[in-house]
Amino acid sequence: MTVMTMVQAIRATLFEEMGRDDRVMVLGQDIARLGGVFRATEGLLDTYGPERVVDTPLAEGVIVGSTLGLAVAGMVPIAEIQFFGFAYQAFHQIGAQVGRFRFRTHGRFGAQMTIRTPFGGGVRAPELHSDALEAQFVQCPGLKVVMPATASDAKGLLLEAIRDPDPVLFCEPLRGYRLLKDEVPEGDYTVPFGQLREARPGTDMTLVAWSAAVQIAEQAAERLINDGISAQVLDLRTLVPLDIDGLVRAVERTRRCVVIHEAPLSAGFGAEVVATLQEEAFYSLEAPVARVTAPDTPYPLAIAEDLYLPSVDRVVDAARMTVKG
Amino acid sequence: MEIIQFLNTDGTLLDGAEVRLSDEQALAGLRLMMLARAADRRAMSLQRQGRFGTFGPVMGQEAAFAGSAMALDPARDWIVPQYREMPALLHHGYPLECWFGHFKGNAAAAEIPDDVRMFPIQISLAVQIPHAVGLAWGLRLRGLSGIVICYFGDGASSEGDFHEACNLAGIVKAPVVLFLSDNGWAISTPREKQTAGATFAERGPTYGFPGIVVDGNDLFAVHAVTLEAVERARAGLGPTLIEARTYRMGPHTTADDPTRYVDPAERAVWEARDPVDRVQRYLTAKGLWDDAAEETCVKEIATEVDDAVEAAERHAPPGVDDLFEHAYASLSPRLRRQRDALSRRVPS
Repeated sequence: MTVMTMVQAIRATLFEEMGRDDRVMVLGQDIARLGGVFRATEGLLDTYGPERVVDTPLAEGVIVGSTLGLAVAGMVPIAEIQFFGFAYQAFHQIGAQVGRFRFRTHGRFGAQMTIRTPFGGGVRAPELHSDALEAQFVQCPGLKVVMPATASDAKGLLLEAIRDPDPVLFCEPLRGYRLLKDEVPEGDYTVPFGQLREARPGTDMTLVAWSAAVQIAEQAAERLINDGISAQVLDLRTLVPLDIDGLVRAVERTRRCVVIHEAPLSAGFGAEVVATLQEEAFYSLEAPVARVTAPDTPYPLAIAEDLYLPSVDRVVDAARMTVKG
Repeated sequence: MEIIQFLNTDGTLLDGAEVRLSDEQALAGLRLMMLARAADRRAMSLQRQGRFGTFGPVMGQEAAFAGSAMALDPARDWIVPQYREMPALLHHGYPLECWFGHFKGNAAAAEIPDDVRMFPIQISLAVQIPHAVGLAWGLRLRGLSGIVICYFGDGASSEGDFHEACNLAGIVKAPVVLFLSDNGWAISTPREKQTAGATFAERGPTYGFPGIVVDGNDLFAVHAVTLEAVERARAGLGPTLIEARTYRMGPHTTADDPTRYVDPAERAVWEARDPVDRVQRYLTAKGLWDDAAEETCVKEIATEVDDAVEAAERHAPPGVDDLFEHAYASLSPRLRRQRDALSRRVPS
């Protein structure tokens, strides 16, 4: 075990897997010589050379589209979209092509490829650098959507993503890149998809989150002790596939739930969590499942982002309402 | 820019024409074009009877796709198609029954055989050009000698993916042939509304590779320019953009009514340039084709088309399992539940 930041864990995972498998390559904007704007790919060019560590032209559509072709040729490509908000420029490739390629070919071909992309608020980035678009991609069948919240999961889930025979959208929380540090297992360490993580045990209610919002939930749970509320925190880890059984079992036990995400409220993935709970755990619920999210407005410029994003205060308020009415 | 042409409409060769197809290959090319035309007609008729889906007929453009595909080596080269290139797919080994299966709407009947190197028929315009560039680039990274031909049309050239893919192809020197079939129309939008440029091919050099304009209704010229582009790609010299000038003699698809926008006089000009007639005249003058040969060929083709239609129609219709089976390599618990729930409502 080594204590690492999330960005260090990602870099180490890429480095190690490129060493193990010479089909693995990385491509994207500024990822080779510069090592990526967050240095997630730093040092790869020196070790693995320009054929496998490729600075591409500034064009998200062809970054993703050519990655699909590379995968069919037998490479194991990992594309980087510099910021998730720029994925709109590649939406037609990710949503309409990459995800459904196996289906369109009736299983003749798959697309073993990963799209890494940092996102999320709280770092005072310019416009379109922070937007949490995950729910839009959950609506693209064939794609897996992975949202690590810790450095150790970033490693385990990224390695799982690279090796998964299906395409994976791997979203990395900007706020956690250098802030989050935890113990990361050495060597060949994977975390299976579709298994949520109990980030904090609790008995009175469940806070459900993913990515950077897990930290907000954990801080809220700490505060809720003062109210005599024992809050469990679940980190979904992967939205597709979703660990329905893990989610339902947990909420059947605590009977109360709040979902937290950075994306806007309407049709956010929180809505999916709520719908699933009312289908599967309706008779266990003691209170309506609450959502703490961004409003249905565009992501604001930097100074307003604290007003926009889910805060510990808002989560604590929602949790109190859920428990005490 | 010069339009490369070898074969006159009367079947004679132009001075300096360097035909790279043998007589035997020319006969095979003719047969392929005739097969495609017969399949096209049958599909149109089946569609009118409600036995076939919406599809885009290839009528009039057979030489562009037959000639270019004949420049490929199916044992190592790949085709990344749009949706109107049936003769190319057939030449590359995609069975005619699979083509019928696809447009009939049965995915299992359309599955690309394991030894056929092609991407699936692509309905979204131009998105396949980035795929083709990535595929070609990947083949080279894997140390393979195969190259990729990517088909698209004049309409697709207006999409951003065309530009992005050409740009990347030039930079990585991808072994790819970018085959733009300009058939005059994108549904009802004429070529002059897609570009104010004199040609599409002139964009090639701006991306760092050659662009060539060829008579798309000339089997021999299309084959020769494509072969040169294939050889360039295989030699590591990078992409070529080929603009094949042809004409869509049929509707955009079976859902279209071209009488609302096509000038009959313009169509008549192109009718006189028919790609099949030209090769027949050429081979007749050489003593390799006559009425008897045509009669035999037409009969054989009719049987081949009958058999393909029958095979496609014999295929079992898809069931609930088919909705799920290839969505992912393996099904998540949630998908298994959805499949099971749907299966209970649909008797097997």
